[in-house]
This record gives sequence, structure tokens and C-alpha cells, in this order.
Amino acid sequence: MKVKLTTLAVSALMAAGPAMADLVYPLLSYRTGAYAANGIPFADGYTDYFTLLNERDGGIGGVPTRVLECETGYNTEKGVECYESTKGEGSLVYQPLSTGITYQLIPKATADDIPVHSMGYGRTSAANGKVFSHVFNYPATYWDGASIAINHILDLNGGDISGKKIALVFHNSAYGKEPIRTLEELSKKHGYELTTLAVDHPGQEQKSQWLQIRRERPDYVLMWGWGVMNQVAIQEAANIRFPMENFIGIWWSGSENDVLPAGDGADGYKALALANPGGDYPIYDDLQKYVYDAGKGAGAGDQMKTVLYNRGLYAALLAAEATKKAQELAGTADITPAQMRDGMEALVITEETMAGLGLPDFGPAFEVTCEKHGGSGLGKVQQWDASAKTWSVITDWIKSDDSVIQPLIMEDSAAFAAENNIAERCN
Amino acid sequence: MPEQLIFAMEVTLNGLMAGVLYALVALGFVLIYKASGIFNYAQGVMALFAAMTLVGIMDGQVPFSHLINAIFGAHITHFGWHVPALVAIVLTMAVMVFLAWAVQRFVMRHLVNQEPIILFMATIGLAYFLEGFSDLMWGSEIKTLDVGLPQGLNVWIDEKTYNIFGYGFFIDNLDIVATVIAALLVIALVAFSQYTKEGRAMRAVADDHQAALSVGISLNFIWVMVWSVAGFVALVAGIMWGAKSGVQFSLSLIALKALPVLMLGGFTSIPGAIVGGLIIGVGEKLFDFLIGPLVGGATENWFAYVLALIFLVFRPQGLFGEKIIERV
Repeated sequence: MKVKLTTLAVSALMAAGPAMADLVYPLLSYRTGAYAANGIPFADGYTDYFTLLNERDGGIGGVPTRVLECETGYNTEKGVECYESTKGEGSLVYQPLSTGITYQLIPKATADDIPVHSMGYGRTSAANGKVFSHVFNYPATYWDGASIAINHILDLNGGDISGKKIALVFHNSAYGKEPIRTLEELSKKHGYELTTLAVDHPGQEQKSQWLQIRRERPDYVLMWGWGVMNQVAIQEAANIRFPMENFIGIWWSGSENDVLPAGDGADGYKALALANPGGDYPIYDDLQKYVYDAGKGAGAGDQMKTVLYNRGLYAALLAAEATKKAQELAGTADITPAQMRDGMEALVITEETMAGLGLPDFGPAFEVTCEKHGGSGLGKVQQWDASAKTWSVITDWIKSDDSVIQPLIMEDSAAFAAENNIAERCN
Repeated sequence: MPEQLIFAMEVTLNGLMAGVLYALVALGFVLIYKASGIFNYAQGVMALFAAMTLVGIMDGQVPFSHLINAIFGAHITHFGWHVPALVAIVLTMAVMVFLAWAVQRFVMRHLVNQEPIILFMATIGLAYFLEGFSDLMWGSEIKTLDVGLPQGLNVWIDEKTYNIFGYGFFIDNLDIVATVIAALLVIALVAFSQYTKEGRAMRAVADDHQAALSVGISLNFIWVMVWSVAGFVALVAGIMWGAKSGVQFSLSLIALKALPVLMLGGFTSIPGAIVGGLIIGVGEKLFDFLIGPLVGGATENWFAYVLALIFLVFRPQGLFGEKIIERV
């Protein structure tokens, strides 16, 4: 009997052992509620990538990965609850997928010594690693996005947009308001006239804003929208016959979900891209073989190759690469969240890295340093072809205007540091 | 004519059209409240469910396909046929009638004579259940709804107003269609409640459940009928709003647009829902046009409630609501 009990105990310990050593990646997802249509493809892509690593490579550095999903419904309070309930599981890095949740997690995660990766969203000034030690927003920030859009407009106008009218239609939230200051500063530099038009959550009714656009006839309209706001805005733009090639959304307003409901009316609409769209990459062969054919996909497989699925995949890839770097720095495969932070801060992504991972010519090459958590600040412009129902990249990588953005980042992060009594690091 | 005045006229017209769309949602609330004294929190989700069912039927989508695939390891999503819009609308209506029966059979029947707050809480539960059920049944991706309704600038109005004012007004064709449908719907509903046996029975139930029962009116039948009609109104609202934004889960939030309309028009009046909708629509659009730029815009959501509250100060029962005096 004693032998049996001992055998049972050892077996239980062995079974529990690998689970304790898992590399845990919490995913604050939203598969329900008003923003579910966008939350699902991102969550599927994020989860599928880690499943692929487990199935194909046996995890990272021989340690299996585990995605710890928690439903937020895109609700900030629920997001914080998810953080509190999962942080004790050895969570290595948080991916909140919400600017509101990111703002709440910045002080909490910093105090808990857990890194946050707000990829292309969140608080832009967190790009200053001297102040925000645990927050990373590579490969590009909202302010980069605003500048990339203006640079694209500059390119279209031979470098001169003085006197042009540019309107910003934005989600009336922390997220939507992020680019305003940058666009104001850029308007001083380039001499364009900026009009801002707020749209309240969820954004189903935008008649007032688009009537104003029709009256004032701006040359270009930029959009910082999310969820139903995007679909309604694109439909309203088509209704008032605004030239769609002059309508440019941020990368969160540039998925298939945003343009399909407007049908042919969306043809020519542009959006910024953090990475290339489409599914013509070798990684998809592996995903099919190791994940979907094996019946281990996070979803039904119908989200594969969409813009937001690709973004989830990309976010997971960056987390995995940072994990490899952390393992290398720490000299152990079983890393802690603090070591993961060190890995993120030393992350180097090259074109060779991306090609080796099955995503050649997908995202930009960039390097993270102690001072710079924001990545390359590069983005492309993609355009929607309604008849083919595909996005096509129409520019090369466009660099944001550091001469305008860096002072803004320094100013905002300095204010945050003073307010929270944070001493600058990286000296 | 001053330019600002011309713009204000355009805004007013668009406000009227938006008000009709709000009223379409409010009508569903009014019907159920009128007949049973229940504030149906699930009305917005019913619009979502109806619109999702309509698109699902039109596209030949297999209901619960995600669940079926997960359990049986299959890969089915569609039947491979496409159902014409009109047939799909009829079939969706049949589903809404079945939903009405299920609500009555499994929820409301067990709550007869309960406090209104309990019935209200039951509809909150129903809303969450129905949202999850819709997700399970049809999936949560955004669906394109095309039942052949015209959309976009009405060229005729644009040209006529341009000839008169030197500025062409923008009126959305979809809003014009919604106005015509809402007008027909109100006429039909008023005629139904005034001139048919079932309509009179519905009003009798609304006045007094016990008295209605005592003269042989079937409470169960009336409630199924009322929830079915509310389901039909939800389907119409779902089509109109779904055509604008695609059919997706945020469609259930259109209920928020109906609340100030109900506060203003009264919970028991069908014409009140229309008039309330028009006042809210015009009020919020004009306020946003005149005052919005001074306060940073995005005034519509909150101003609608402010406007409703102002009316309530002077007329607590709403413009067309019944004044209820309870003696102790």
C-alpha cells in the first residue's frame, strides 16, 4: 500500500512538473461583446502561434508554452480583474489589446515586475524606456502612425500640404485621442489645417460628423476607430461620396471586418499597416500541418490570413523571440517575468529572423534598447480592393518624423515620471 | 439665405431621419410594456438575433456549425444555397415567433404576478442568454446584410435643394426607406390594437391581467402574440441598422438609443415612440451642430438623455404616457 501511494505521489508530481515549468503567456482577449469580431482573430492568431511552437518545436528552448486566456469583453475593469487573477500563474508578458486596460496595467505591472507589450497601441510615451521600464510598444506607436499618415499625404502632394484641410475622425476614448497632439504639432510644421471630430462609443450613429465633413470638404480624412465605428464611418464616407483614396485609417481601422460591410463603397479605402497583409507565407504551411490539420486550432480556422489574425500571430512571434533572448541572457530555459522583461529590452528583429520564422518581408526590422521601447516607427499603407476583397500594400516602409515625435515622447514621459516620482534609468 | 441656416435645415432633416431609426427600436419596447408592463431589456439583443438569423438563412449558414464541428470533428459551415431576401424574412419571422413562444413558455409563464422589477431582471437574463445563443448559433464575425435596400445619397433631393439653396442636401436613401417602413409599421400597429379582436384583447391584458383572464382572454396567447410582434419590430430595426454597419454584436447596443426616446415619448404610446424619436433625433443633431464644436463634439449620446430629462421635469409620464395615480 505504501509503495502504491508513493508511486501515485511521484506520478502526480511528474504530471504536475511540466505544468509548473510552462512558459505562460496571458492573453486578455475579447471573444464576446461589441468588439468580439476584432478580438477573436487576434486571439486565434496569438494562441495558434504558441500551439505551433509546442507541436513543431516542443515549445521554446524545450519548455512548453501555455496561453492563459482571460475574457475582458474589451472592458477595462474586467481587464484589470483578468490581470489580477492571472499574474500569479507565472505570467511572462501581458498583451492587453486595449489602450484603456494598458493604461491601468502600467503602474500595476511595473510594481509586479511583469512586462506589458502593447503592440501598436496603449500609451505612446511608454516608448521611452528610461521612464517606462516594463512597458513596450514596438514595432510602432500611435504617434508614429499619425506621422506615417501625414508623410504619406506629403508624398502624394509632392512634399507640400500647406493649406490642405485634414480631418481626424476619432473614437472618443483614450485610444482615439492619442494622435491629436501629434497631428497638431505636425500641422504647425507642415501648415495644414486640422479638424477633429469625436465619435462616441460604440459609433453606430455618425451622421453629424459626416455631414460636417461633407460641408467642410477636407482634402483628407484620418480615422482612429475600432469596432463598429470603422464600418459605419466607411459606409458614411461612401454615402457622402468622399474620395476613398483620401480616407486613411490607423492600423486598428484596417482589417477585413472594417471594409466588407460597406461592399463596393469601401473600394480604395486606405489604412496603415504594422505588417504586410495576406497569407502567402511559409508559416501558414506549418500552421495548417501542425495546428489545424491536427485539430488544435484556437478557432475554426476561418480567421487565418486575415489582418487581425496576422497581427495576433505577429504579437505572439515577438513574445516568443523575446523569450528566446531572455533564455539566452538568463542562461536558463525556465525564465521569470523579470527575465522576460530583460529579453524584451534586448530584442533584435532582423529580416533574416523573420524569414527564418516563416514570415519573410512581413514586419519591419527593429531593435529594442533600454532607452527605446517603441521599435522602428515604420509602417506601410495598404489599400482595399473591393472586387478582389483583398488589401494591397501600396507603399514601402514609411518612417515617422522623429524630430516631432521624440520631443513629444520626452515631454509626456517626463510629466509621467514627475507625477509618479520615477527616476530615469539607462544612464 | 445664410449658409448656417441652410446647413441647419439639412441637419434638421437628417435628425428627423435618425429619429425614425431610433423610434423603430423604441417601438419594440413600447409594445411589450404596453401589453405586460415589462421593460424588455432584451429588445436590442432581439434585433441582433433577428438580423443574424436573417443573414444566416440568406447565406445558407449551418446553425451551430462551430459547435457541430467541435463535437464531431466536421468542417461544415454552409448548406451551399442562397435564400432570397423575402423568403428569408418570412423564415426569420417564424424563428422570432418560436422565440416568443419559448420566452413565454420558459420564462414569463413562471413569473406571472411577480413584481415588475423581477420581470425586468428576467429580461436582463434573457438578453445575456440570447446574446450568447446568437453567438453559438451564427458565430460572432461581422456579416454583410444586403436585402436590396437602397443606400447612399439621394440624388433627387441633392439636385432639387441645390437648385433652391445653391447647396445640395444629403439625405440617405436608407433613411428614407426606414421612414416609409416606420410609418407603415405604426399605422399597422395602431390599426391592429384598435380594430382587431386580438388587439383589443392585448389592450385589455395591458389594463388588467385579472380582469382580462376573467372574461376568457388567454394571457399566454396574448403574451406570445406581443413578443412575436416585438420580434417583428426587432427584425425591421435589425435590418435597418444592420444595413448601415453590418450585422455584428454591437447591434444590441442600439437599445441605448431607444431609452431617451422612451423617456420622452412615454412607455405606453406607439405614436409617442415616433414623436419622441423625432424630437430626440432633431434635438441631438441640432445641438451637436450648434454647440458641439464649442465643447469638443460627441454630444449626441449624452444630450439625448439631457433632452429627455428636461421633458420629464415637466411631464414625468412622458409626452404620450399614461398618468398613473396609485391610491393607498
